[in-house]
Order: sequence, then C-alpha cells, then structure tokens
Amino acid sequence: MKLSKEQVLHIARLSKLGLTENEVEKMSEQLSNILENFEILNKVDTTGIPPTAQPNALTNVLKDDVVKPSLPQDEVLANAPQRDGDYIRVKVVLE
Amino acid sequence: MDGKQLTISEAHKLLKDKQISSVELTKSCLDRIEKLEPQVKAIVTITADLALEQAKQADRMIAAGDCKPLTGVPAMIKDVICTKGVKTTCSSKMLETFVPPYNATVMEKLYGEGMVMVGKANMDEFAMGSSTENSAFFTTRNPWDLSRVPGGSSGGSAAAVACGEAIYALGSDTGGSIRQPASFCSVTGLKPTYGRVSRYGLVAFASSLDQIGPFTQDVTDAALVLNAISGFDNNDSTSLDIPVPDYTKCLTGDIKGMRIGVPKEYFVEGMQKEVEDAVKTSIAKLEEMGAVIDWNVSLPSTPYALAVYYIIAPSEASANLARYDGVKYGFSYKDTDNMWEAMEKTREIGFGPEVKRRIMLGTYALSAGYYDAYYLKAQKVRTLIRREFDSAFEKYDALVTPTTPTVPFKIGEKTQDPVQMYLSDVFTIPINIAGVPAITVPGGFAEGLPIGLQVIGKPFAEETILKVAHAYQQATDWHRRKPKI
Repeated sequence: MKLSKEQVLHIARLSKLGLTENEVEKMSEQLSNILENFEILNKVDTTGIPPTAQPNALTNVLKDDVVKPSLPQDEVLANAPQRDGDYIRVKVVLE
Repeated sequence: MDGKQLTISEAHKLLKDKQISSVELTKSCLDRIEKLEPQVKAIVTITADLALEQAKQADRMIAAGDCKPLTGVPAMIKDVICTKGVKTTCSSKMLETFVPPYNATVMEKLYGEGMVMVGKANMDEFAMGSSTENSAFFTTRNPWDLSRVPGGSSGGSAAAVACGEAIYALGSDTGGSIRQPASFCSVTGLKPTYGRVSRYGLVAFASSLDQIGPFTQDVTDAALVLNAISGFDNNDSTSLDIPVPDYTKCLTGDIKGMRIGVPKEYFVEGMQKEVEDAVKTSIAKLEEMGAVIDWNVSLPSTPYALAVYYIIAPSEASANLARYDGVKYGFSYKDTDNMWEAMEKTREIGFGPEVKRRIMLGTYALSAGYYDAYYLKAQKVRTLIRREFDSAFEKYDALVTPTTPTVPFKIGEKTQDPVQMYLSDVFTIPINIAGVPAITVPGGFAEGLPIGLQVIGKPFAEETILKVAHAYQQATDWHRRKPKI
C-alpha cells in the first residue's frame, strides 16, 4: 500500500500536524514502507476472535464522586503559554 | 566507596549502621555525574541541590530510627515521570520548559520512603524509540562503548545505573523501553504486569501498554523498588487492587523442579549468533540448577507481534498526544492569529520526526475506512497473542528468551530506517501486548558488549520471575561486571 502525497497531507490535517515539504516527501515513503510490514497480519485468521483493548479486561471502573481540593490555580496556570489573570488566553475560535 | 558501585541493599546496610550518611552517598553520585556526564550524557536535568536537601532529610529520618530500604539512596528518574517543581521534558521541545504541578504516584511513594533524586534521565522523545537518538536534546552513550547506543527509550536511566551516576532508576516500558536498554547496558530491568504499578503522572504514550518499572544492579534491588512502587491507586483506574507481597521473600535461590519453557520463535534467523549462544548457555545453567527446561515451546503468533504493536501503540499515541495544542502548557507557536495554524505550527516545531511519524501512522490506522483493516485487526491478533501466553503458563512457571536479537548497535546505524530500528524490540514487544511481567538480567558479553536474558511470567507472578532471575544471579557474575569508564 503506497501512500500518496495527498493522503499524507490528509492525515496530517486530521492530526493537526504541520509538515514541511521535505517531511511530506519523506513521510510518504517511510509510512508506505511501514504499512507494507503490516500486511503480514492478513495471514492471520481472526474469524470469531474478539478484540483486546487492554490486557486486564476491566470495564467501566467507577469510583465515588468525592469532593476534594483541586490543584492551586496559580500552579496550574504557571505553565500556560499565554495567561491573562486567572484565564488562559487563546486565539479567536469563532470569527 | 570510590570505584565500587553500591547496590541498594549494600547502601542500605551502610546507612543503617551509620557507616555512611545519605549526604555522603549522594555527593559520591553527584561526583560521578560531574565526572561522567560529559561523556555519557544520560541526564536532562541534574537536581544536585534538591538531592542534597533530600539527603539531609533522609539522614534525619535515619537518625530518628526510620531507615526503610530505599531511605537516603540516590535514584535517577526517567524524564517522562512527573516530578513536582522539577522540569519534566519527555526529551521533547514540546515540554522543554514544562514544570509539573504535581508528583506522579510512584514519586509520592518513593518520597514516602525517603528517596533522593539526583536527576531526570534522557530518553527518546515521548518514549518513542530504541536508542535515545530521538531525544530532542542529545543522544546518550553506552557506558560499555561510547560509540554505541544505550538502547531506548529509557536509555538515560539504564546508562546512569550502569556507570554509577545513581544506585537505581525508574523507567517506563511500552514495547521494551526498560528491558532493551537494561540489556544493552548490562543492568537488571523489570517491566511489571500491566496494572501492578500506578501510571498516574506518567506522561502517556500508549495507554494499554505503558508500565513503570525499575533499573537496578541486581534482582534483589529490583524486588526492593517493586515493593515500594506497586499497588492499587485511585488515580489510575487501570491499576488493579491485588495485594502487594514482599517481593524479596521469594528470592530463595532454589528453582529445583520449576518448569521453564523456551519459545522457539525467539530464536530467529538474523539474530546475532553470540547472543543466541549466550542465552542457550544461560538456560543450560538454569537446567543445571534443577529447573525443568522444555526447549521446544511454541508461541506461533509471535511473528505478528511487531506489526500489532506498530498499529496499536501509534494509534493510542495519536490520541494521547492530541493534548499538545500549544494552549494549556508546553511549546506554543505565537506568530499567527489563526487558531488552527497556531496548533499545526506548534506541533510541527514542537515534535521531532519519530513522534510525527507515529502520530501520522496512528491517525491513519484509526481513520475512516482503515480502522477495521488495521486497528481492529491488530486488536484481534492481540487476543491471540495473549491467549498463547495464557496457555503456555498453564504448563510452565516461566518462559526464558533473549532480551534483544543483537548487542548494542552503533550510534547512527539504524536512524535512516525506522523498520530496522523497530526490529530491535522484537523480543520485548509481545510481552507488553500480552500485559505480562518480564525481567531482563545481564547474561554475558560478546566482545565486551552486553547480552540480556529475559524471564517472562504470568500476570502478577512477579515473584516467580524474580525468583528465577535471582537464582541465575546467584550462579553467575555477569551483573557484577561494570563498565571501565
């Protein structure tokens, strides 16, 4: 399975991942090569085999909703790239 | 102490008997760091001041009669584990300045034991890689041969323990990231069962595979660290509420009558002859010690594990790494007013090539039209792999294999071909897919380069693999050999 440049750009858009021209070129070649190695799985008969999402077969782990103190606002906001008082400043979402 | 690297148990005895203080012990590690870091480059952030402060605190605990096994013992922490107030970078530009506002659960547990943290260890960016060459900062060198890689992704942790910059270290293992570097650096490395150790505060890579575990100089030390970090955690819903035994109790040295299987799929064409020979010699040693060896076990789905892993891990990574949007924390591209452009540029500049490759691969495998063919198919084959381990463990107490197909490779040797790099984890990956525990111990050398022996157990049977690995270390001295650096 060969990935075209258009496909690479489509996946990059889905991932919100900017790529340089050079990276697009390289990615198309390298991803195609990796995907080729996945074809080995077509040899495995998985009829009737359920999928495993994680090894311990836990489902819907619940806990009591207990009110506990949160992290201090100042400490959490300390990592924000753009801060405005007690808010994180973001780019305009709706124009 | 000069020239002699203490184990945790040796250091503990000296601390307890007041023959050495934690401050002295910590200073000796910091001296090693100062001397060796220019060559080895295992550490992203050296926390000397913090370490000395913690050492003083540990000395006060010891003076008050509270000397737990890890109290006052200097450790290195992989830079993927959140440390409150200390930068946690994941060796990525994306998190170069990130200071976590809280500690990972394992850190809380270790601080409760009176640990001393001397630094945060280098790694492949976001734990994706097998050599530390994907670190955005620098490549760590193998203390056994500085022209070679230490393995990865936890290469900094492994190298630091191998050359005595710390007495033990923590790493994380998603497809071999503890065991492969432990093997390459000739130290002991343990990946616990999925759910044994809380991952709260471990920066997520592939959530159905990640586990935290120790790097140590011998199996007894691995048991001591496992004692301290194991157990259920309300903050990690994938951790299991299963009692934590004292893991040192099983270290009897007696493996008479234990049933050990050798899966033939782990001796493949293309693996290094010296590695195959050394591992077979090691297994013969276990037989000599009274273990009952079956040399002809088969886990037929093993050849599919690599493909399963490189679908599942990138898929989960593409979802986990979606959080790096330049808004809440981490690198942020500011030179635009457009939200989407800011996000795409943030990720273009903040992530390195391997991380981008895996995000792309994962997004593709999960995208409309390909989900069934890749992700769902991989999850089904995952079931088959797990079942084969389950049925093997009905007959055998443990399985023994090589940890890696070759000795450490040269820096730069595999960077141009991702698939070749991925192959160095071919013997460790199936274990994460099945979620079972495995330990690697030093198992010999080929022309001065380390070879590892992997012991695999059934879920939550850490005691069994520790017992086998410990018995092996009673009969061999590979783990006592140290790099001349």
